[in-house]
Amino acid sequence: MTPPTTSGNRGLLQAEPLIFETGHATGAGVDLPEPKGAPTKLNGLTRKAALDLPGLSEPETMRHFVRLSQKNYAIDLGLFPLGSCTMKHNPRLNERAARFEGFADLHPLQPVATVQGALELMDELAHWLCTLTGMPAVALSPKAGAHGEFCGMLAIKAALEARGEGRRKRVLVPSSAHGTNPATAAAAGFTVDEIPARDDGRVHLDDVKAKLGPDVAAIMITNPNTCGLFEPEIRRIADAIHEAGAYFYCDGANYNAIVGKVRPGDLGVDAMHINLHKTFSTPHGGGGPGAGPTVLSAALAPFAPVPHIVLRGRTRELREHAHGTQAFGRMCAFHGQMGMFTRALAYMLSHGSDGLRQVAEDAVLNANYLLARLKPHFSAPFGERPCMHEVLLDDSSIKPKGVETIDMAKALLDEGYHPFTTYFPLVVHGAMLIEPTETEPKRELDRFAEVMIALAGRVNAGEVEFFKQAPKLTPMRRLDDTRAARQPKLRWRRGDNSAGARQAAE
Amino acid sequence: MRYLPLTDADREQMLAVIGVKTVDDLFVDVPNAALLKSLVDLPRAQGELEVHRRLQRLAEKNTPAGRTAFFLGAGAYRHHVPASVDHLIQRSEFLTAYTPYQPEIAQGTLQALYEFQSQVAQLLDVEIANASMYDGSTACAEAAMMAARVTKRKKIVFSGGVHPHYVDTARTACEAQGLEIVALPAAIDDEAAVAKELSADVAAVVVQSPNLFGTVTDLTQIGEAARGAGALMVATFTECVAFGLIEPAGAYGADIVCGEGQSIGNALNFGGPYVGLFGVREKYIRQMPGRVAGETIDADGKRGFVLTLSTREQHIRREKATSNICTNSGLCQLAWTIHMTLLGEKGLRQLATLNHEKAIELADALAKVKGVEVLTERFFNEIAVKLPKPAQEVVDTLAARGVIAGVAMSRLNPRAGMDDVLIACATEMNTDEDIAAYAKALQEALQ
Repeated sequence: MTPPTTSGNRGLLQAEPLIFETGHATGAGVDLPEPKGAPTKLNGLTRKAALDLPGLSEPETMRHFVRLSQKNYAIDLGLFPLGSCTMKHNPRLNERAARFEGFADLHPLQPVATVQGALELMDELAHWLCTLTGMPAVALSPKAGAHGEFCGMLAIKAALEARGEGRRKRVLVPSSAHGTNPATAAAAGFTVDEIPARDDGRVHLDDVKAKLGPDVAAIMITNPNTCGLFEPEIRRIADAIHEAGAYFYCDGANYNAIVGKVRPGDLGVDAMHINLHKTFSTPHGGGGPGAGPTVLSAALAPFAPVPHIVLRGRTRELREHAHGTQAFGRMCAFHGQMGMFTRALAYMLSHGSDGLRQVAEDAVLNANYLLARLKPHFSAPFGERPCMHEVLLDDSSIKPKGVETIDMAKALLDEGYHPFTTYFPLVVHGAMLIEPTETEPKRELDRFAEVMIALAGRVNAGEVEFFKQAPKLTPMRRLDDTRAARQPKLRWRRGDNSAGARQAAE
Repeated sequence: MRYLPLTDADREQMLAVIGVKTVDDLFVDVPNAALLKSLVDLPRAQGELEVHRRLQRLAEKNTPAGRTAFFLGAGAYRHHVPASVDHLIQRSEFLTAYTPYQPEIAQGTLQALYEFQSQVAQLLDVEIANASMYDGSTACAEAAMMAARVTKRKKIVFSGGVHPHYVDTARTACEAQGLEIVALPAAIDDEAAVAKELSADVAAVVVQSPNLFGTVTDLTQIGEAARGAGALMVATFTECVAFGLIEPAGAYGADIVCGEGQSIGNALNFGGPYVGLFGVREKYIRQMPGRVAGETIDADGKRGFVLTLSTREQHIRREKATSNICTNSGLCQLAWTIHMTLLGEKGLRQLATLNHEKAIELADALAKVKGVEVLTERFFNEIAVKLPKPAQEVVDTLAARGVIAGVAMSRLNPRAGMDDVLIACATEMNTDEDIAAYAKALQEALQ
């Protein structure tokens, strides 16, 4: 380790305490008019509880958050190959459009006559999503992927109940699924029946058929799946599901691999959420906000949640109440993530039908190129066939030498990369799931491949300690997760005497 | 295509390295019938200028709030957001980062989350807050479901003052899990009515203060009654600026305090994205939904932050998770934290007081209009008024005159029998001229 500095700063990286350790109750970065001191209309219910919220002037606030920002990795800084997360470039035109006064400064309950452009934008987004997916309808309001899954599963539930088959409670979920799938099925009141994984990473028609029965409500399949593979039997699985009177929920998290190339509607899908923050480039923002519009088949469309946009002549109106309709209810207040709709539509208009197909092709090409370059140096469990938009490796070739997936990930941090997704999908031990996306140039892929290959070389050279000590060059070394969970400290408190607070005071 | 860096020469080279002839050879697992042979029927790619122009034209078909005298709240509020907030959240390192799963290179996001959780806990006077929810309505639904988990009971009672969209959102989510929602009839000032519904099968009472009609309520006795019956008190809100002036629900003993944070840091955005605030008692944290950041140390003993208590979450617990939530409202939460840092205690108190004074001025001005009655007695920045005409008609008439008068209760709940009730709000954004214009337009519309 390089010697400590007096300031605690390390070159461009500034040490930065909490706002609670620098700000104070009388500091502020705003100048507001003085209140007149009129008597309140609160009948004494004014605040007695202390606020004790620190305030900082504008320059201090700027510095605080700029300093924090510099401790983050980001797509704009480099390759962000997190499998299943589709960390692609976020075009800045989208940001500008979302901030147009005519979108950003609109209240969701304004009279509809004053928001016709916003409703038209939502309709146009719906048209693009339906046309791309080959589905007749879309519920725009879900606020994220898992919320979209919930929407789709509630539509399935409503359709079953409308058929008098509400007794169907079992939902089939392959063990390779994202955790949100079983969690969503449970949240929607279903029971989860897991389809065990096969050695080839795929869902087999026979396994599905073996699970079918009159109590099966739906199957939830991710396609392309979490192993980065397209499910070759998907159409036949869909047919078998439909013959059994159940519905097919498709997790659209990996839609980026097939956008403009394959329409999920042609595969027999009944419901699929689309993560606008993945395929359609709305920024991930350090964890959100997302948006999860959910396309629905003709069988499920009547049950779509409110609000619905209704065209009357040339005017668009909003149907905001489920009462008196077949809509299963409401996903959230208002109409969904408008700010994300604007960004996603800007992205779609920019690419067009031709550009979107190119997106899928380049995403798949980039992944297969990495697979080809890495396969000789790592274990690639399904590497004998082409992958879709992500490459699945595992640590079986390096683990006997003492280096695991987590160590490889931490070594990549020192090399200036965000690592791949680690230990997911669960069906592959020590999984390393790499999704480069289509917005990476070839030279970045080459550089990343060379880094990975060099790391494999260090494993072979027996440099186990190098990996176990990594990362050394990041703003922080490995953090103690166990300590965080065993002694949860989830907020600052006045008089704080935790190790961290003492250290900050020193 | 400007966002796609590969050249045709790159593609050729890469295909050769892979050992296939065409890119379609990589799609071998797709059933041939499903592989599209031609482009989908949508327009072709366009340049930045063309797309800008197209979206600008759509935007111009709307009437932005700022071009009107604007008095609409009811779940989303128009406040001034300092310019530095939007600048900071657009920094690449915040905007284009992922969920901080690799804490060594995500301390910026993680420390900001920890600061957010601390600020929310201070503001709501709760023990612990999470790292944000999608919005207020989904936060409220999650609170109802959490109460059912904590108490192992199945009935949730909503007061007649809770925003109808919140009730509908919770009903949709809860009924799917076999929980029962009892929604009391709309009431301007009767949060306490929930106490009469308490029984051995009630998991929670859900109250709102300030409520849909702006009414501010002392929740102490409701909380005591709930506790006495073994139920939780969930307190929701739609206007978080209020807690710079009024007592927060945490101080009244609420077990879960949840609601909308949009007012701080975030634009109206036609309904989203927003940011849900969620606070609980410490003893319930393992039943809490959503992500949470916690303090720890690194291998050198330095203070750092990580996402923690993830054994509650879907990626570990799968179908046994406390919630299916994965995404939070990251960037909106960051905007909230930055704006709250600029305000601090002094700024927030001042802002809240200004809002309250504006609302008093609005209430006084509207009360002077013949036939108009202000129904809300104790309010923060929002009031319900009774009109001598259907409120929707008045809203539409005034909109045509450049005054957004508020929202008609009939739009939020057509079956409440309150067609003559209008809900209006005032914030620091409203000038004296706006208020005068509103009163004048209303007077003329009612003549």
